[in-house]
Amino acid sequence: MNRAARCTILPALLAVSLLPGLSVAQDLLIRGATVHTSSPRGTIEEGDVLVRNGRIAAVGTGLAAAPGAIVIEARRRPLTAGLFGGITAFGVEEISGEPSTVDNSPMVRAAGESLEPRPEFDVTVAFNAESVPISVNRAEGLTFAVVAPSAVTGGTVLAGQGAVARLDGRIEAFPAPSRTLFVNLGPEATSASGMSRAAQFMLLDQAVREARPPATARDGDFQLLTPNGREVLARYLAGGRIAFSVDRATDIRQVLAFAKRNGARPVIVGGAQATQVASLLAAAKVPVILDPLLNLPGTFDQIGVALDHAARLHEAGVSIAFTQLVDPTHNAFKVRQAAGVAVAHGLPWDAALAALTSGPAEIFGLGTELGRIAPGYAADLVLWSGDPLEVTSVAEQVWIDGLPQPMRTRQTELRDRYRPRTP
Amino acid sequence: MTRFACWPLASILAAMAIAASSAHAAPTLIRNAVILDGTGQRIDGSDLLLQDGRIAAIGPGLAADGAEIIDAQGRWVTPGLIDVHSHLGVYASPAVNAHQDGNEATDPVTAGVWAEHAVWPQDPGFETARAGGVTTLQVLPGSANLIGGRGVTLRNVPATTMQEMKFPGAPHGLKMACGENPKRVYGGKDRAPSTRMGNVAGYRQAFADAQDYRRQFEKYDLERTAYEKKKSKDGPPPVPPKRDLRLETLVGAMNGDIQVHIHCYRADEMAVMLDLAREFGFKVAAFHHGVEAYKLADRLAQEGVCGALWADWWGFKMEAFDAVWENIAFVDAPANGCAIVHSDSAEGIQRLNQEAAKAMARGQRAGLEIPPERAIRWLTSNAARALGIADRVGTLEPGKIADVVLWNRDPFSVYALADRVYLDGALVFDRMAPPREPASDFLLGQPTGGAR
Repeated sequence: MNRAARCTILPALLAVSLLPGLSVAQDLLIRGATVHTSSPRGTIEEGDVLVRNGRIAAVGTGLAAAPGAIVIEARRRPLTAGLFGGITAFGVEEISGEPSTVDNSPMVRAAGESLEPRPEFDVTVAFNAESVPISVNRAEGLTFAVVAPSAVTGGTVLAGQGAVARLDGRIEAFPAPSRTLFVNLGPEATSASGMSRAAQFMLLDQAVREARPPATARDGDFQLLTPNGREVLARYLAGGRIAFSVDRATDIRQVLAFAKRNGARPVIVGGAQATQVASLLAAAKVPVILDPLLNLPGTFDQIGVALDHAARLHEAGVSIAFTQLVDPTHNAFKVRQAAGVAVAHGLPWDAALAALTSGPAEIFGLGTELGRIAPGYAADLVLWSGDPLEVTSVAEQVWIDGLPQPMRTRQTELRDRYRPRTP
Repeated sequence: MTRFACWPLASILAAMAIAASSAHAAPTLIRNAVILDGTGQRIDGSDLLLQDGRIAAIGPGLAADGAEIIDAQGRWVTPGLIDVHSHLGVYASPAVNAHQDGNEATDPVTAGVWAEHAVWPQDPGFETARAGGVTTLQVLPGSANLIGGRGVTLRNVPATTMQEMKFPGAPHGLKMACGENPKRVYGGKDRAPSTRMGNVAGYRQAFADAQDYRRQFEKYDLERTAYEKKKSKDGPPPVPPKRDLRLETLVGAMNGDIQVHIHCYRADEMAVMLDLAREFGFKVAAFHHGVEAYKLADRLAQEGVCGALWADWWGFKMEAFDAVWENIAFVDAPANGCAIVHSDSAEGIQRLNQEAAKAMARGQRAGLEIPPERAIRWLTSNAARALGIADRVGTLEPGKIADVVLWNRDPFSVYALADRVYLDGALVFDRMAPPREPASDFLLGQPTGGAR
């Protein structure tokens, strides 16, 4: 399928024609935009962004396009870096309730036994770049997101590996520096760990010992991990990134201690009580990926969470990025609304945009590649109808690596089939 | 860092006094606001007078002796928001096992159970919904069952008992469910229904039983009347049939005393349910969730059935796959169309205005003319209509109950916040003077305080 050929050009973009067969070599100049760079340059009024070979070549004012370049007249509309969709199951979950379309957790277990920790489970292997939820969310301005393994009921503490996916349909979607091991702690993952948080850390410590046996140790009969699992875990313990799903303040402290003890770089996902340990997180440079809409205690671990959560963490100097908890895959795009709500509850606007762009890119090792409108960065861009954090704004055009992405989706096809005849 | 707050007794007593004081509150005069009145009108630079718990007057240049005057220059006023689909109190936070009170999933037809008997007024979600401008909500049983039981319409006031929250005189709702949920729940237990065929057979048999039950009472009423007319009462009076709580509810629905609310995603299933309603002579107040309602928008409008919908939830199950962001706008579009923004969520109920804003913007981009004064009906007057309480709430017409939200700006924005929420004319939320302690007993004295 030629996506460029299917791209519908909005009237406002008719200054140029985006032709089928558009090549990556063609320059793109977006002119006269309100450019929110997510970089130290801040916002550039009536700014121009020049894209060459899929990368941002220049950002400024009065930029000239080479002959043959595509020119987009932005007419002061906001331009941002492509947005981060959070911790999702993009490409590994089509319909949440249909197991035949869901691939985000391993169910390898012997009858009657709890699930073995499988750090070697790599969810990215099942990634389907043509998944409908991806195209729908891309048209809402998301250009990258984490594809993560998921805890299931009776699931394992060590859930497996995921990574950041670029959302333009490419097969090799996962930049290597973003690879991450996922660990689920707290009440959601207890059934495979003796129904106890203490048992979760007991299992983690045992797994670490197996992955990195002391020189004097002899392996006994009991092995928690497979040989492959031991190798994979050892890699993450050598300075790799481990994302811990955890809410309770006291559990976050345990995670920080575990990571320090074992040489891993932790990322906190959820972190409902993170504000209680904000200074610790800031000092240890441990980021938090949170849902700013969470303000009710769904569990006892979440007591105290509030709508100013993001603002308080930011103020304490904690790096933050946003994710959506209610339906993190199909409704991943709701992170944009969540960011706006965080602004309404005290988070500076620039910090909210950063939590959807440069923040997550840095957290996942892509801080020099994605998340900013700056020379040398991938040309992942979104032109908005208005304030990108406002619920009445929409993405008018999305580019990934400088290529316009289809703004038609299965949903717009349905809309047009059933559009009221006499509005 | 853990803080255990210690609150002075006086502030607690002050908070308790709020609910009780409504009937005797001084009049409130909101001056110079942009008012969306819920009838479809927008009045710029208008005043609004609340007196004795009612809307007393609306228009420019009002005056009232002894009224508290609120300068609302640059701010917007709407009716109190109404959510027709909530599980607050029956699926309360925290979602511990002990709080799973929304589905009596032991039989596919449990029309005899009432949600109000499980509502926990200490659910912290009531307070966060109030901060979002919600003054009235219907709490429904869940969708595990074909016929899940009666819903209750509540006033969103801080309360110790459910009875203090009940909307006086509001009709009950009847919760029914189409599609995947009942057949999954009972199919999984190896009993009927396990298919959509089984679903419909289940509704039909239940209503057929209710018809028979109604005939028994009609027969008894005739015998009783005849007995009382007899001069010589030689025999014993006729014995009334034994009450059956399940069938009593279904008869109430057929008689129009109970509003029928049906969880139904697919257009084709809504059409089957409309056939069912015709067969048994009841009216459907609203289809809830209705991800495919846009495919049937003209039919729903013709039949006077509302669509209680989300702006953009989708994809979590097969029957929710065909979502379009214009669903609400398309259901609203036909003459007599009745679109409602509902939440089904403790998170979503806090921002019904934002959900409506999304739907409004998508409708506008699809070429429909939807100004804010039209869209506000989706979460006020249309919701009141589906609940059978449109004569009392949902608009700011004189005589209506004084449920009012003062917004810091145009409410159709992600940055909009309710500055003040009035219920029965009493101030129940004030953003400038947030309560120092949570309304919920559950959160009281917990680390870091309550939900903010």
